[in-house]
Amino acid sequence: MADYEIFVTYKEGIFDPPGVTAERALANLGYQGVDEVKIGKYIRLSGDVDTSQVTEMCEKLLANPVIEDFRIESA
Amino acid sequence: MRFGVVVFPGSNCEQDVVHAVRLLGFEADYVWHQDSDLDGFDAVVLPGGFSYGDYIRTGAVARFSPVMSEVVRFAEKGRPVLGICNGFQILTEARLLPGALLRNRGLKFICRPVHLRVDGSCSWLDLPMGTVLKIPINHNEGNYVCDEAVLSQMRENGQVVLRYCEKDGSSAGAGSAPNGALDDIAGICNERGNVFGLMPHPERVVDPITGGNDGQAFFTTVVRRLAEFES
Repeated sequence: MADYEIFVTYKEGIFDPPGVTAERALANLGYQGVDEVKIGKYIRLSGDVDTSQVTEMCEKLLANPVIEDFRIESA
Repeated sequence: MRFGVVVFPGSNCEQDVVHAVRLLGFEADYVWHQDSDLDGFDAVVLPGGFSYGDYIRTGAVARFSPVMSEVVRFAEKGRPVLGICNGFQILTEARLLPGALLRNRGLKFICRPVHLRVDGSCSWLDLPMGTVLKIPINHNEGNYVCDEAVLSQMRENGQVVLRYCEKDGSSAGAGSAPNGALDDIAGICNERGNVFGLMPHPERVVDPITGGNDGQAFFTTVVRRLAEFES
């Protein structure tokens, strides 16, 4: 058994509407100095699988390599 | 001439497509996503909706439905495949079309008629360049993106078939697409021209009682071109 944490984020240069909206909302709330907010996905996956299998799962289904990057960490 | 209209769990425009096709005098039948046989169909349509609840990403799960490997084979044989709205999203996830569809730039679900300019042709549409169509959009993720290399390749090959535009066909300037789509892209085809995906819903405007008949051309064009091909 292994636990993995997967972070899926938009690639550099891909416009992130929820991130930009959060950025503006924070400015409206009076928080100055926020340069950028990026919003992505957090996936927790556990089972009898190794990192290379999890990588394959990310490439196939959990992320879309056309627009997203992913990072896998052992939890 | 028989159209197969694929039904995924969560599809909700399949009846409109079948109605549109039958209204124009052609045959249409539903194809359940668990089926793996497209024999007897001349053209395949992936309709709009929220397949698999749009979980993970729009179209991400539908892409692995059993019927999709058949759709890929059908497309590889050069047979016509049309993806409308969620169907377009599924075609990009299945890599039958390049790029991806992100959340609308303004974060709002948009449901209204839009003007579209014909900038290319494919098996599903070969109207004169510059023709302006009025067809409704109805989506939350229609913000088309692809990388620069893909975009310039598509432009060179004439794969950008439809762009969002003003009433007179002019462009309102960069970034003016209602959903923020790159280069105002509303619909693209593959290099061969047989696979076509678009965000607007042509099946909703085939009868003037629902606001026009600009959607008819998509279904009549593919029938005419198939007939030409076979004769």
